[in-house]
Amino acid sequence: MPASRSIDRHAGVYLRLVASVLLTLFGLLLATFLIARVVPIDPVLAVVGDRASAETYQRVRTELGLDQPIYVQFYRYVAMVLHGDFGRSVLTRNLVVEDIARFLPATVELATLATLLGVVLGIPAGVVAAARQGRWPDHLVRVLGLLGYSVPVFWLGLMSLLLFYAELGWAAGPGRLDIFLEDAVAPVTGLILIDSALAGDVAVFRSALAHLALPAGVLGYFSLAYISRMTRSFMLEQLGQEYIITARAKGLSEWRVLWRHAFGNVLVPLVTVIALSYASLLEGSVLTETVFSWPGIGSYITGSLLNIDMNAVLGGTLVVGAIFIGLNLLSDLLYRWLDPRTR
Amino acid sequence: MSGAAGATERWRAWLTSEAPVSVRQARLGEIYRLVTAFIGHPLAVAGLAVVLLLALVAMLAPLIAPFPPAAQDLTIRLHPPGAAHWLGTDELGRDILSRLLHGARITLGIVALVTAIAAPIGLAVGCAAGYARGWVDAALMRLTDVFLALPRLILALAFVAALGPGIGNAALAIALVAWPPYARIARAETLALRGSDFIAAAQLAGASSSRIVFRHIMPLCLASVVVRVSLDMAGVILVAAGLGFLGLGAQPPAPEWGAMIAAGRKYMLDQWWVAAMPGIAIAVASLGFNLLGDGLRDVLDPKR
Repeated sequence: MPASRSIDRHAGVYLRLVASVLLTLFGLLLATFLIARVVPIDPVLAVVGDRASAETYQRVRTELGLDQPIYVQFYRYVAMVLHGDFGRSVLTRNLVVEDIARFLPATVELATLATLLGVVLGIPAGVVAAARQGRWPDHLVRVLGLLGYSVPVFWLGLMSLLLFYAELGWAAGPGRLDIFLEDAVAPVTGLILIDSALAGDVAVFRSALAHLALPAGVLGYFSLAYISRMTRSFMLEQLGQEYIITARAKGLSEWRVLWRHAFGNVLVPLVTVIALSYASLLEGSVLTETVFSWPGIGSYITGSLLNIDMNAVLGGTLVVGAIFIGLNLLSDLLYRWLDPRTR
Repeated sequence: MSGAAGATERWRAWLTSEAPVSVRQARLGEIYRLVTAFIGHPLAVAGLAVVLLLALVAMLAPLIAPFPPAAQDLTIRLHPPGAAHWLGTDELGRDILSRLLHGARITLGIVALVTAIAAPIGLAVGCAAGYARGWVDAALMRLTDVFLALPRLILALAFVAALGPGIGNAALAIALVAWPPYARIARAETLALRGSDFIAAAQLAGASSSRIVFRHIMPLCLASVVVRVSLDMAGVILVAAGLGFLGLGAQPPAPEWGAMIAAGRKYMLDQWWVAAMPGIAIAVASLGFNLLGDGLRDVLDPKR
């Protein structure tokens, strides 16, 4: 009996999780649908032009389903989106889904590398800051964190281009590759670092890395600011606990106390922080990619925004939003899986 | 001298008394405690100074700016920082310092507008949910959770794209994605308040639910919501600047800081100051709000 009841309890938890994710996705669909309604452009006129007769106007209006009640229109919209049909982009004349499939890998490559930088540098920085609370490593981490919360990302991108590309020549400029190397490697995954490594093309790999350095460094800095700040505060919380005093009293080395005892307990909440950081970098790509002419989904969305290409804007919003919600779900699941108390 | 010192001492004793005899003494004592705790944070005081300076600059911009923000002089296009133009001139020969000073008005204006829209929405949703309980509460909080789980920057961008660019629409879009945390806070406060004797007294006196929510509960939730809003100001400034940079916020020739960076981008390689200066202004303004917010959080919530 107890076993089956515990299974019931678990099923309840996961059902609730699934229900909340579905509800959030529904909210995303509703929000994009309403945004599309708000646009002060008559979608029928956009199709038929100003000089169409009243009959043509009515016919197209019926074809587009705009004579239907609003909930029927919403139902049709949801059905279209679930079939992967986001309509056609006015600007590129392609299906929005195809555009997104082409632009998304560049954003994923950039956000992944930036998050890696933030994790590899941010976690040790946060641990050291907590261990040396009130001394210079702590102050350094806090200042870096404060600046990360205050400096506009697009401005830092521009200034880094000015300094490291134009003045010092240490990094490659805008874009993903040197122009003469574009299309040198056939896309398999769309991630140039992986594609060129698979093809064994060293020149392309190095060019891709040189172009990634600045945007990934700038985005990675914001990830570092967030991750180190959270690591520091989680660690401080743990270091104030009694089991740490016990461990120290037993004569364990400070290294062991920090990394095995305290850090072990910090790991679980950190997973959530890293997932959130990744999600916010995907979103932040909207501002960064324009600065670096990075051909990702952020550039695609901003380019479409300025031309009121709403199919493309809403398609991009839906995809980024769905990934965002997916990452939140993933961090929730990981949390449950890693923390025995939630089992 | 000793008399004055003695008076100060007596005042302090009165303010820090463990057993205040009047409501006024308790309130003043609480304020005294918060102010001294706040002054104990040098960084928070620095943040407050920056914010006050920003407000002062915004108010006095026409008086202290050396040039009108839109005054063009094509003979001095893109001049580097110097004696006449401390921060240089832009592509139309306009004084960058004067434009930055006037830009403070736009930035603070957007911040104020976002607060004026988002805080009442959050208060209304949160207080209504907390007071009504039951299915109203469940529905409103689900809605809040859904909004919290959506990507805010991208939704704000899509909103502005749909509404059309401009300061008002940018502020509206930011506010539409900013209210959920305020609703959460207002709900928590309402849940704590709704069992109080004075609410029961109001109910017995025959006050309607809406009267209790609007007249008795909301004013008491206002303080914590305002504090939370002030913590978010730095983020609002950054998003507003980002919208301006993308051309979706204030339109030229308005001296909005983000839009100024976008305009200076073309000349960046040779005339770096055109794009660099507005970025520093944004960073200083949002740093000020961040420091102030951190200090406020420490003072009001000693647990963290």
